[in-house]
Amino acid sequence: MEGLEGIVGEHRFFAGLDKAFVNLVTGCAKNVRFEAGQYIIHEGDPADELYLIRHGRVALQITSPGRGAMTFQTLGEGEIVGVSWLIPPYRWSHDAKALEQVRAISIDAKCLRDKCEADHDLGYEMMMRFVPVLVGRLHATRMQILDVYGASH
Amino acid sequence: MALLTETPVPPPPARDPMLPRIARVREVRADVPEVFTLEVELEEADRAGLAPFTPGQFNMLTVFGVGEVAISFSGDPAEQRRLVHTIRAVGPVSAALTRLRPGDALGLRGPFGAGWPMAEAAGRDVVVLAGGLGLAPLRPALYRLLAERERYGRIVLLYGTRSPEQILFAGELEDWRRRFDIDVAETVDHADPDWRGHVGVVTTMVPRARFDPANCVAFVCGPEVMMRFSVNALRDAGVAESAIYLSMERNMKCAIGFCGHCQFGTVFVCKDGPVFRYDRIGHLLALKEF
Repeated sequence: MEGLEGIVGEHRFFAGLDKAFVNLVTGCAKNVRFEAGQYIIHEGDPADELYLIRHGRVALQITSPGRGAMTFQTLGEGEIVGVSWLIPPYRWSHDAKALEQVRAISIDAKCLRDKCEADHDLGYEMMMRFVPVLVGRLHATRMQILDVYGASH
Repeated sequence: MALLTETPVPPPPARDPMLPRIARVREVRADVPEVFTLEVELEEADRAGLAPFTPGQFNMLTVFGVGEVAISFSGDPAEQRRLVHTIRAVGPVSAALTRLRPGDALGLRGPFGAGWPMAEAAGRDVVVLAGGLGLAPLRPALYRLLAERERYGRIVLLYGTRSPEQILFAGELEDWRRRFDIDVAETVDHADPDWRGHVGVVTTMVPRARFDPANCVAFVCGPEVMMRFSVNALRDAGVAESAIYLSMERNMKCAIGFCGHCQFGTVFVCKDGPVFRYDRIGHLLALKEF
């Protein structure tokens, strides 16, 4: 367990997190591995887990009939797969697929939600770390929609 | 003894900066859809007094009977005879430029403007952040950085564009990626399932890049929206505003600061830029009137 605490605490996403909180998060965590091509999450499934990527690349995708799986973002080491665990109805809105072998920390979302409910300081810490990810992805989506590299720009 | 007095020879009259030199097209290459690279060479008789171009500068190119347009250099500053410009066909003049063929004549004024601060980058990490066609004005700087590799710290090229088909200078990016002395990361906004590279806006590459934010300079060129968000990402990474340089684009006409078409607040983009230090113009970028 000591090893996992170290990995969680040193992950870029949890940099600077109070050690007591690291212990709480680690209590919901485990090491996982995905092979290239394996799906990590599926659109529509319950958002029961989130993943801290330690190594490898992950494609976030939405499948469109007739066009197949369209990748709208790729993620790598130090980043997070899954933010829907934080917001009802706790359901994935896209797929996530390993592009190469991926090593990650999986965190049981219900376990972490329960701990956030019991300890609002932990809940606030989680919000302060996950909301910027949400906002960053919203900004990125805006830029993608704007199609800034088109001739009119 | 008679004292001979020499009649001073008057200096040759300065060349009228509004008078184009005559150049000939050597080669036209289609790069990506709607984007062409034009390689021209001045006629020998028209080379006198031509100043060497530096990375980030531009020329005014004339298609006779159509008009004149400002186009940045995109070639290697070590090869001053080959004047290389990369052009997107968006208006009548740029479209006419892309229709020129080897041997055709065109007018050329320049080089104009203030380019990338190569001397200031010496001894520091250099982050080159390009979006879309913005890679073209940055390519001369990359050639110079790599030619004088020992003068700089880590060199990072972050390039974003719309889709894999729109990746400019793909062959050179591949060559650079194989080198061990430059980190190259490219990303596209949209991709089909066959694409194995990064997807996402270029600003998302900044936190992933390895450089020393306290000792770096950043060269940024691309659509203005992309540059604004890139500056935010660089600041978030700890880069000082005084270490960020942007290449601005405005309606440049005379290229010598007379006509005022490219006035941007208190500066002229043609004469004082096109490359500006962010802390000197950043306050103007947010003004919708400009």
